[in-house]
Amino acid sequence: MAMTMTQKILAKHAGLESVHAGQLIQAKLDLVLGNDITSPVAINEFEAAGFNSIFDKSKVVLVMDHFTPNKDIKSAAQCKQCRLFAKRFNLDNFFDVGTMGIEHALLPEQGLVAPGEAIIGADSHTCTYGAVNAFSTGVGSTDMGAAMAAGYTWFKVPAAIKVNVTGKKRPYVSGKDLILYLIGKIGVDGALYKSLEFSGDGLKELTMSDRLTIANMAIEAGAKNGIFPVDDITREYLSGRVNREWTAYEPDPDSEYESVINLDLNEIDCTVSWPHLPENAKPAIEGHDVKIDQIVIGSCTNGRIEDMKAAAEILKGRHLASGVRGIIIPATQSVYRECIKLGYVDVFLDAGCVVSTPTCGPCLGGHMGVLAEGERCVSTTNRNFIGRMGHVKSEVYLASPAVAAASGIAGHIAHPKEVI
Amino acid sequence: MKAHKYGDHVDTDVIIPARYLASQDEKELASHCMEDIDKNFHAKVSPGDIIVAGLNFGCGSSREHAPVAIKASGISCVIAKSFARIFYRNAINIGLAILECPEAAEDIADNDEVSVNFDTGEITNKTKNKIYKAEPFPEFIKNMIADGGLMASLKKNQK
Repeated sequence: MAMTMTQKILAKHAGLESVHAGQLIQAKLDLVLGNDITSPVAINEFEAAGFNSIFDKSKVVLVMDHFTPNKDIKSAAQCKQCRLFAKRFNLDNFFDVGTMGIEHALLPEQGLVAPGEAIIGADSHTCTYGAVNAFSTGVGSTDMGAAMAAGYTWFKVPAAIKVNVTGKKRPYVSGKDLILYLIGKIGVDGALYKSLEFSGDGLKELTMSDRLTIANMAIEAGAKNGIFPVDDITREYLSGRVNREWTAYEPDPDSEYESVINLDLNEIDCTVSWPHLPENAKPAIEGHDVKIDQIVIGSCTNGRIEDMKAAAEILKGRHLASGVRGIIIPATQSVYRECIKLGYVDVFLDAGCVVSTPTCGPCLGGHMGVLAEGERCVSTTNRNFIGRMGHVKSEVYLASPAVAAASGIAGHIAHPKEVI
Repeated sequence: MKAHKYGDHVDTDVIIPARYLASQDEKELASHCMEDIDKNFHAKVSPGDIIVAGLNFGCGSSREHAPVAIKASGISCVIAKSFARIFYRNAINIGLAILECPEAAEDIADNDEVSVNFDTGEITNKTKNKIYKAEPFPEFIKNMIADGGLMASLKKNQK
């Protein structure tokens, strides 16, 4: 039976020859992930159920990234609970302040995810690892707690939507623009329960950073996962990071798709999603009248070194508009260090921005950039829901690092070509 | 039981805003449930009431605090045109009853008196004198919800 990339990975992990959309299966897991918000709930469930062991100490990963460095006593208590759990089971991969980064930037960077693997995480953006041809999806804390003990979980095999990418990227256009454009096209439930399977000649135009951003936001279209095939770009990224053996999965030529979406890169310009849904995507050039108070450049969606470079190229020799606050958050310690080495931190400081230690902080209105009533932020994060970054009457506009940087300089939503 | 009606794409950030996620206390979570789109939610819900909503209910973050907050508010069932997948899974896992029924979700108005037969999937609107039919869950899911969720069910079956 013909299968998609996702279906092949699930079949392999379920020990089955083949699977079909809608089938309920039990699949072995290569990695189980949690953060400082979701892990405490999972640990409580794990302990309440009376489990005494975890399935593999190298395959349970805890990353303290959301409310860290801890913003208050309660969040400190949550991290402490995770720390004690990690110690109790001698976890190989516990990332605390000093080694932590934003989980979905950190795991690929550290070589913890590889093609053909099956991964769950108690964080909705766990779907990021589809960029390297893994099946990965977000779950809740109870699923995480059970999987930490069992090493497997149940899935309903998803049907798929094929996204056929062609053409060449326009100047300043990145993976963020592509995914916002795609969500604008199909809506926030356009891929509900399904996998988004990317293919086409245009993929060679997409860097690994672009692909990580795209797969990261598959959930914002309601998808179970987003996944890319392996090519030379993937192999180059994995070389030196992933030393264990891995298997790449290609879709069968006659695999079934519920629909096929054609995306011509030539038609996609810098894109911004207006409040309060990621599907409200419009060209950045239409944002001239939207005055802003803050920009945030970072997050699991856009906190990698390529994102910092895109922002630095725009900000170099320029300064934020009067009254605009600029918050830049390299997603991991190594991205942070690279930013220092490459001189980006100087560029950011000269432009009037602050540079923070890695944290999810402002993306979910936690800390390090919460908005007051009536304030507007252009942010490279992934959600612009009501109250997401602070007050219920604040507004978040989702954009790429280049657009966020340009908007900071202009004082309103701007296409990079308006400030260069 | 009274229906509390909302629109499409009710996300987990409005069900329970992230600013309260440093707490795992069910009562505290319940006291802030839905406050960003409905300030009076906590005050107006009586035990057993239901939420009725449109498409893609529970979209966004994977936080299990969202179905926990709804359940701890006293809501006995959420009826929607469709659910976001992580919320759907989380609701079952923590023992919050949910039903997908586009017809009921469209027709039921705010404050309608509604009762739900979870076994048959039959939803009765007493105010409008109408019956809607949802696909009931398979037995093992029904049992899981009745037992109070995945972990409670696992424990019960281990005995």
